[in-house]
Amino acid sequence: MLEEEPVSLHEAPTRSLNMIEAINEALDITMARDPDIVIMGEDVGYFGGVFRATAGLQKKFGKNRVFDSPINECGIIGAAVGMAAYGLRPVPEIQFADYIYPGLDQLVSEAARLRYRSAGEFIAPITIRSPFGGGIFGGQTHSQSPEALFTHVAGLKTVIPSTPHDAKGLLIAAIEDNDPVIFFEPKRIYNGPFDGNYDSPSKTWKAHPGGKVPEGYYSIPLGKARTVREGSAMTVLVYGTMVHVAEAVLEAKGVDAEIIDLRTLVPLDIEAVEKSVEKTGKCLVIHEATRTSGFGAELVALVQERCFYHLEAPIERVTGFDTPYPHSLEWAYFPGPVRIGEAVDRLMKD
Amino acid sequence: MAEGPVRSGKPRGNLPPLEFYVPEPRYRPGDTVDYSHLVIPPAGMVARPDEACEARETWPLTTDLIRVLGDDGRAVGAWNPHLDPETLRRILRMMALTRAFDDRMYRGQRQGKTSFYMKSTGEEAISIACAFALAEDDMVFPSYRQQGILISRGYPLVEMINQIYSNRADRLKGRQLPIMYSAKDYGFFTISGNLATQFPQAVGWAMASAIKGDTRIATSFIGEGSSAEGDFHAAMTFAAVYNAPVVLNVVNNQWAISSFSGFAGAERTTFAARAAGYGIAGLRVDGNDALAVYAAMQWAANRARANKGPTLIEHFTYRAEGHSTSDDPSAYRSAREAEEWPLGDPITRLKNHLVSLGEWSDDQHAEMDRTLAEEVRAATKEAEKNGILGHGLHHPFHTMFEDVFEELPWHLREQADQAIRERRTKWPEWKE
Repeated sequence: MLEEEPVSLHEAPTRSLNMIEAINEALDITMARDPDIVIMGEDVGYFGGVFRATAGLQKKFGKNRVFDSPINECGIIGAAVGMAAYGLRPVPEIQFADYIYPGLDQLVSEAARLRYRSAGEFIAPITIRSPFGGGIFGGQTHSQSPEALFTHVAGLKTVIPSTPHDAKGLLIAAIEDNDPVIFFEPKRIYNGPFDGNYDSPSKTWKAHPGGKVPEGYYSIPLGKARTVREGSAMTVLVYGTMVHVAEAVLEAKGVDAEIIDLRTLVPLDIEAVEKSVEKTGKCLVIHEATRTSGFGAELVALVQERCFYHLEAPIERVTGFDTPYPHSLEWAYFPGPVRIGEAVDRLMKD
Repeated sequence: MAEGPVRSGKPRGNLPPLEFYVPEPRYRPGDTVDYSHLVIPPAGMVARPDEACEARETWPLTTDLIRVLGDDGRAVGAWNPHLDPETLRRILRMMALTRAFDDRMYRGQRQGKTSFYMKSTGEEAISIACAFALAEDDMVFPSYRQQGILISRGYPLVEMINQIYSNRADRLKGRQLPIMYSAKDYGFFTISGNLATQFPQAVGWAMASAIKGDTRIATSFIGEGSSAEGDFHAAMTFAAVYNAPVVLNVVNNQWAISSFSGFAGAERTTFAARAAGYGIAGLRVDGNDALAVYAAMQWAANRARANKGPTLIEHFTYRAEGHSTSDDPSAYRSAREAEEWPLGDPITRLKNHLVSLGEWSDDQHAEMDRTLAEEVRAATKEAEKNGILGHGLHHPFHTMFEDVFEELPWHLREQADQAIRERRTKWPEWKE
C-alpha cells in the first residue's frame, strides 16, 4: 500500500497505531514544525478531546497553542478565520460532524471564499477536524456523514482517511495546505477496521497493514486516491469506513474487484477513477451518507460522462437511506454487506 | 395512573388571551417627527473611568450617552480628547472627502457606471474618528459602511473606484459586488456580504495577536440590525472568554434597510448594554460627535492594548440616506427623520467646533468642499480610463477561475476551457 510513497517512507520504522494515535501524532509533528499552528475546540485542551485526539498536546505546546473553546461552532470557525487572516494556521476541532452546522456560514461564506473574494490578499489555511460517520449507535446527531454539503462548496477541500497510516499523512498534508480543508475522521474505525459485520467481535489496527504507521514526518498528497486492491471485474469507489466494508464483502464474494479509496473528495483523483473504470467496465459507488444528492451522485455523473463507452452495466450506488440516522435500527440503515452484496450481484449478472 | 398535575379541562380563569407583539417604528411616511422622547444629555456630563477599570464600572456608560461637542460647538467634559486644531481639520477633511466620494459614486450608479453603491451619509464621524484613534497597523474588520476608514488611511480613491466599476484595474478582479473592498496593506479586511461574520473573525485576529505577543489590536464594525445575528453572540463570548484585545462597534443608525432598530431589540435596552451580560466594558457614544467617537475608541484601544480586554461601543447615529442605491426609504419612514435628528450632522458639528475655536471659517469650508469635489472628480476620470461596469474593460477571462484554490484543480481547468470555448463561439474574433 505504500507504492506511491517516497523511498524514505518505506525505510522509516513503523509501528501499529490506531487512528486516534496517528492523528495525535500528526498534530504533534506539525505543531513542532510550525509555530503558527494552533488547535482549539470543545474539550480539546486540558482534557485532550472526547476521542483523545489532542491528548497531551496542551501540556507539550502550552495553552497559547492548544486551548478549550466555548461551545459555539460559529465562534470556533469564525475565530479560526480571523486567526488565519492574521497569519496563523488554525486546526479547529468540531466535536462531531453533526454539530458543524452552526459554523456553516463561517465555513461556506467566509473560509471558502476568502482567497477568491480578496484576490488572494487573505487566505484561510484552516483544517477543520471532525469525527463523522455512523456504526456506533450514535443516533441522529452522532452519526451523520455530511460530506456532500462541503464538496458542493467552491473553495473547500474535503478529505476522509480510512487507515491510521493515511490519517497521519493526509492530516499533515491538510494542515500544510494553504486552502481550507474539511478533515472528516470516520470514528467507527478510530480503534480498528470495521467489515460491516456488527455482530462479530471488533478488530484492532494491529493486524491491519493500514495500522502500521511510519514514525516521523511524512505526508500523503491531497487529491490522490489509493488503490486498495487491484482487480478487473468492477471498480468500487469508496472512502472512510466503507472502504473496509467493501473490501470484506468483495473478498467474501470472491469478486475480483478493483477497490479505490478516494481519500480526497475535492479535488477528486479523476485520473484514478477513469483509469480503473475504463479497465473494468463496471462501477460501484458506496457511501454511508444519505442517497439523494449525496457525493455518490457526483461520482456516478462523472463516471457516466467520462467513461460512458467503457461501461458494460448501469453504475450502481449503495448508500444510507434518505432518512435521518436512526438509533435502534442502525444496522438496517447502514449500507452493510447485504446491500452491497446485492449491488455486486447485479453488476456481475450484467 | 400519572401522578402529575391534574388536568381540569376548564379555561384558565379570567386571564386575557395572549397577545402577539410586533414592534412598530414611531414614524411612517407622511408622519410628523417628534424626537422629544429621546433622552439626549448635554455634552460633557458623563464621567470617564480609568481605561483599566473593571468592566462592570462602565455599566452607567452603556445606557448614558458620551458627548463632547455641545450645541454651542465647544468641546467639554472628561471625554474631551483635546485634539490639536490640525488634527481636527484633518478629521473634518476626511469626513468631507468621504461625503464627496459617496455623492459622486451615488451619481455614478445612477448614470449606469456601476451596478450598486452604499453611502455612509451622516455616519462619517464614526469611521473617520475611529480611524484616527487607532494605530495605522491595527486591523479593521469593517461592514460595508466604513469606507471612511479606508479613505482616512490613505487608500487611493482611484483604487476604490476601480473596485466599484469592476474594471480591468480592480484589485479584486471584478469578482466582488461594488464597495466590498479588501485592502490588506491598509489593515482593512475583505468585506463580506454576509452580515456580522466579521465580528468573531475580528476576535480571532485579536486572539492571534495576543497568542503571538504582538501589540496590534483588532476592531470590527456591524450595524445594530446585524447585532441580532448569532455571530454577535459568538464574538462577544469569545472576546470575553479570551480577554481578546478587540474593540467591537455597533453602529446604531436606527435602520436595517426598512426595519427600525426595534427589530434588533432596541425597544428594551441599548445595544451597549449588551456588553454587561458578557462582562465586557461598554460605551454608548454620540455617533455624530467626532470628538466623542474619537475619545471612546481611544479609551477602548488603550484598554485593549494594556491587556485589559475587549470593549463594545454603541455609536448612536442616524442613517441619513437610503440603505443602498437599491433602496427607497420614503417607502417606510418619514422624510423628516433625518432633518429632525437631534444629534445633527457630524460634519456641521465638527466644523462649528473649529469655527468656534477660531481655527476654521465658512469660506475655508466651502473652499475645502470645492477642492475635495475636484479631487474625487479627477479620481473618477482616472478610474474610468480603466473601464466602467459592462463596457468590456474587465480582467482577463480566466481570472474568474483563479483563487478559488491556491492552485487550479482539474475540474476548474476544464470549466475554464469550456468558458473560453463558449466565448469564442459567441465572438469568433475574440482574443484576450
